[in-house]
Amino acid sequence: MQKIGVFVCWCGSNIAGTVDVAQVVEAVRQIPDVAYAIDYKYMCSEQGQELIRKAVADYKLDRIVVCSCSPRMHEATFRKCAEGVGINPYMVEIANIREQCSWVLKDKAEATAKAIKLAKAAIAKVRFNGALKPGESQVVKRALVIGGGIAGIQTALDIAEAGYKVDIVEKEPTIGGRMAQLDKIFPTLDCSACILTPKMVDAANHENITLYTYSEVESVSGFVGNFDVTIRKKARSVKADMCSGCGICTEKCPSRKTPSEFDMGLKNRGAIYIPFAQAIPKVPVIDREACIKFKTGKCGICSKLCPAGAIDYTQTDELITEKYGAIVLATGFKTISLDKFGEYGYGASKDVITSLELERLTNAAGPTEGHLVCPSTGKEPKKVIIVSCVGSRDVSGRGKSYCSKICCMYNAKHAMYIREKYPDVDVTVFYIDVRTPGKGFDEFQRRAVEEYGVHYVRGQVGKVVVDGDGRLTVFVSDLNSGRKLMLNPDLVVLATAVQPSPDARKLATMLTASIDNDDFYVEAHPKLRPVESPTAGIFLSGMCQGPKDIPETVSQAGAAAVKVVGLLAKDKLLTNPCTAQCDTSICSGCLACTHVCPYGAITGESKPVITKLGVRETRTVAVVNNALCQGCGACTVACPCGAMDLQGFTNQQILAEVDALC
Amino acid sequence: MAVDEKQLTEDILRLAATDVRRCMQCGRCSANCPEGFKMDLLPHRVMWDLNSGHASELLEADAPWQCLSCMACEERCPRGVSPARVMEALRLLQIRQQGNNKLPAESVEHYPSDMPQQLLVAAFRKYNK
Repeated sequence: MQKIGVFVCWCGSNIAGTVDVAQVVEAVRQIPDVAYAIDYKYMCSEQGQELIRKAVADYKLDRIVVCSCSPRMHEATFRKCAEGVGINPYMVEIANIREQCSWVLKDKAEATAKAIKLAKAAIAKVRFNGALKPGESQVVKRALVIGGGIAGIQTALDIAEAGYKVDIVEKEPTIGGRMAQLDKIFPTLDCSACILTPKMVDAANHENITLYTYSEVESVSGFVGNFDVTIRKKARSVKADMCSGCGICTEKCPSRKTPSEFDMGLKNRGAIYIPFAQAIPKVPVIDREACIKFKTGKCGICSKLCPAGAIDYTQTDELITEKYGAIVLATGFKTISLDKFGEYGYGASKDVITSLELERLTNAAGPTEGHLVCPSTGKEPKKVIIVSCVGSRDVSGRGKSYCSKICCMYNAKHAMYIREKYPDVDVTVFYIDVRTPGKGFDEFQRRAVEEYGVHYVRGQVGKVVVDGDGRLTVFVSDLNSGRKLMLNPDLVVLATAVQPSPDARKLATMLTASIDNDDFYVEAHPKLRPVESPTAGIFLSGMCQGPKDIPETVSQAGAAAVKVVGLLAKDKLLTNPCTAQCDTSICSGCLACTHVCPYGAITGESKPVITKLGVRETRTVAVVNNALCQGCGACTVACPCGAMDLQGFTNQQILAEVDALC
Repeated sequence: MAVDEKQLTEDILRLAATDVRRCMQCGRCSANCPEGFKMDLLPHRVMWDLNSGHASELLEADAPWQCLSCMACEERCPRGVSPARVMEALRLLQIRQQGNNKLPAESVEHYPSDMPQQLLVAAFRKYNK
């Protein structure tokens, strides 16, 4: 006879507030084979676990059912507890009476009845549980970081410093990302390049770091500890090993019509170009769509001028395959398109710019060498208006529902350094709320008002009208006084909402990493596992997980690196024993399972089998590679003859659960 | 008789059929309103009064009669709220408050010349059935 112990958790008032736990205990005691049942305030606590251990000893229990929170939360805790007293960890079942019961129901009687049903189902299942033993898999001691901005660089440096090999894949011709575009950065107003470029150099020179710039991840397969990744190294048309980075090709290139991505289109670049002076690697790349040689076959000036003979028009994309133990996503962000916000006059006037464009306009290495001018006239502005929340906190469908988080601080920064350099320029920030939590952040914003004389007016700008002479009129209400204002600034700066890089979605599909409605990567737990993706072996760093500023990004980058190092430090990983198994006696060899398996874990093999009727024959049957199988169960659903069974979730177990429910 | 603010707010919201609680007081409605210069209460303030339990003051307001129903406020509201629909609800309630008020066609010439035409047409449709 089986001896099942049932342990009902209150979870403080989380469960006990809605579910009558005593009644659940009473109900399960009536079930045959339930040798012991009890409730306790916090089953996961040390005292709660002691209760389980003692009951196992006193009542000789061989199976355990815990009615508590989601198995995602504490299944591992209770399995470990069972293992400690000599019960196979897979003899433990969790009935989720919190997320699937008490949290979603209000009526106590209804919730109690459902909790009893869930408990009965778990008891029905546990009767058929068998002892399972996890296998082992190797860990490849190498990490991949996707994205070479500050998040990716910092993560890679931290992993490399811990002694592990790490590769950075960056789709742009240089590492550095958005931070390289910025001028001064809050809250200390130090120069962005001065603190970023040394890190870029460190990453390039580190013996454990390999940079793949102008490259993209082409495909990913495998699983935690053993990812197989193909990287497409796009053709630069310049031999990196020969190029000295002198830049003569970029100066003499006659094609000058392509807006520079790095300068946010405020300046044109050549078809052969280096994004910026401190780029790493300092090797130019030919934009084949803009290059006259590629378009017409004539030109070739760069090739003629190159003293090193490094130009190679015949270069082709290169595919690199590498194995990794862990992958870090650090794909960063871009600002949203303002196409749906016609009322702000962006596009109608050159003097309506985004904040990122202002960064370039005030940057000493930017298109105006740091002179703040109105792009339409080239003259210094006298009056600047900064508009906050452009496309942020917008649920109308035109923008993003979230707060972009960084704008309030950079608005204060922009206003401050414009006022510092040009004390005669009048700067007004129109805001809905000023949100400046963070160390020294609110003080920073107040300094803009108190010391630098920046005007802060509560009220979102309604529209920017551009008249025939290019004059701007801003319509806005000063909400504190109730006055309606019409103002004529020379320059309008739009603090545009941020959004994840467009590559995030593609990579999420490739890596089976979850994303939310806005394409931000989802963390495994919003509070307790903030730098891990729910997919094992995938980690998150920086803006790709949610809006955050540089200090926060660097902290998260370090945290992600520690998690990666923690994984790579292991020699072996225990694999999930809940994998698929094929009953060859009834497998018809149709191999439908091989087509649905997302991990390529099933193959067809010709094998001698004994059929249900006792006939010996050799035929094709499905064979599961347990090292690759992740236990998703797709094959068990696809199998027309019921030969595929998932250990730990066998057809028999699932049907027993269903029978107990209805 | 004291006005039941809660009931009045509910009446206005039911007539307006827009979720005023979404309003975050950014003021874009007021910034965009072409008639705001003439209003005693700007649209964002009307939203504020509704959300803070001062609906009765709105029954005395002139702002609804300045509203052109141009819908710029609704179009540009980042929260998907329609102040224009609230203005229409307030016009209705203000008229109903006056009691029996069938609009005699011959009185049209006495109406203020700057009265929005759309408003006149809407009122005839509603009260001359």
